[in-house]
Amino acid sequence: MIPPSFEYVAPKTLSEAVAALGEHENAKVLAGGQSLIPLMRFRLASPAMLVDINRVEGLAYINEADGWLKIGSMTRESTVDKSPLVREKYPLLADTTSVLSDPIVRNLGTVGGNIANGDPGNDHPATMLAYGAEVTAVGPQGERVIPITSFFVGLYESALAPNEILTEVRIPTPKPRSGGAYLKRERKVGDFATAAVAVQVELDAQDNFVSVGIGLTNVGLTAIKATAAEDFLKGKTATDENIKQAAQLAADAAQPIADVRGSEEYKRSLVKTFTVRALRLAVQRAKGG
Amino acid sequence: MSMHHVQVTINGKSHEADVEPRLLLVHFLREKLNMTGTHIGCDTTSCGACTVQLNGRPVKSCTVLAVQADGMEVRTVEGLAANGKLHAIQEGFHQEHGLQCGFCTPGMMMTSAALLEENPHPTEDEIRHGISGNLCRCTGYMNIVKAVQYAADKMAEKVEA
Repeated sequence: MIPPSFEYVAPKTLSEAVAALGEHENAKVLAGGQSLIPLMRFRLASPAMLVDINRVEGLAYINEADGWLKIGSMTRESTVDKSPLVREKYPLLADTTSVLSDPIVRNLGTVGGNIANGDPGNDHPATMLAYGAEVTAVGPQGERVIPITSFFVGLYESALAPNEILTEVRIPTPKPRSGGAYLKRERKVGDFATAAVAVQVELDAQDNFVSVGIGLTNVGLTAIKATAAEDFLKGKTATDENIKQAAQLAADAAQPIADVRGSEEYKRSLVKTFTVRALRLAVQRAKGG
Repeated sequence: MSMHHVQVTINGKSHEADVEPRLLLVHFLREKLNMTGTHIGCDTTSCGACTVQLNGRPVKSCTVLAVQADGMEVRTVEGLAANGKLHAIQEGFHQEHGLQCGFCTPGMMMTSAALLEENPHPTEDEIRHGISGNLCRCTGYMNIVKAVQYAADKMAEKVEA
């Protein structure tokens, strides 16, 4: 399958890329291309112009600064997956990249692309909701910061303006006694999640939840932040009874539809089970286990 | 529509052409350069039959535009054997019967060769995860894993010898 014709530019600077986006009707950013190029081949997307930002310098990095883990938007998933820093201190992110699509796609797929695409089946959105991340975007007026909670507007719709480029993803550096986990059901490696759950927690010295983030993948038009479940757990002790009650609230927050991957009931049940398991694992990791 | 001039080094040899932006790397290889060792399988970024190495990393060449490869190095299955001798991974697939129909084999070998360069002594689990983006409908993967293990041993022997 061959995509419809389009114009193509590969600028070397961010300002040129932003300008190119503004100059053309129906221009799209080409990041890793692992979602956009298939969509174009199927002719589900037919941008008139692709602005390839793979040659823009300075958009691929992972570093910790000012209380954040900062990830350049063009950082490849495989780089995140293999990062010792991520594996040591960000288990939720490490879990997520290890099951995101397949190892070959991860060599080109980017963290920024996975988020900016606005596909509820992508894995980073739920993880970033659980972390309480923020993203930066650059447009003609300069840079702005967007909290992840207001980033996902609808199916394939984000808070980005058509001439804005997502440049950085920032995850708060976890405090001591924090832990996270991402659990995903996929029919085969490379498939979108039937359902997946991202959890990030912080405990106090008495094993009470100081903070809880829970994100749900592919059970709604966007990734879902399970706020009722989070609020229920805050201040409560990390017992199995509390975890099970929160999992029911997370399952209630899911809005799955029946499709080839499973029925509504099955997906809701997956959310409940994975929320229990992910919370248990996150608590275990927070305690240093 | 505009044409773009690209220069791509493939298996050490420089190739230049004028291409449409929509030309996929796999079609550039197969149709412009007649290098048909790289296969087109699913056309949906699922199967990995079209895997080539782009600047050393395995990618699905049906999901890369030829213009994106401008100035880059591509390695295909045609570039594995050197000086009339099979690459260790090719010898492994031959010796361990790592194929039946052979359709997935070029992609499978490009992924495994890159895996061994990064991790010369992978465990069985690491091999299975490493090739999980390449689908084989014949072998059940048993002999493919053995072929990669054979190649790992062979390459270690060569380094020690």
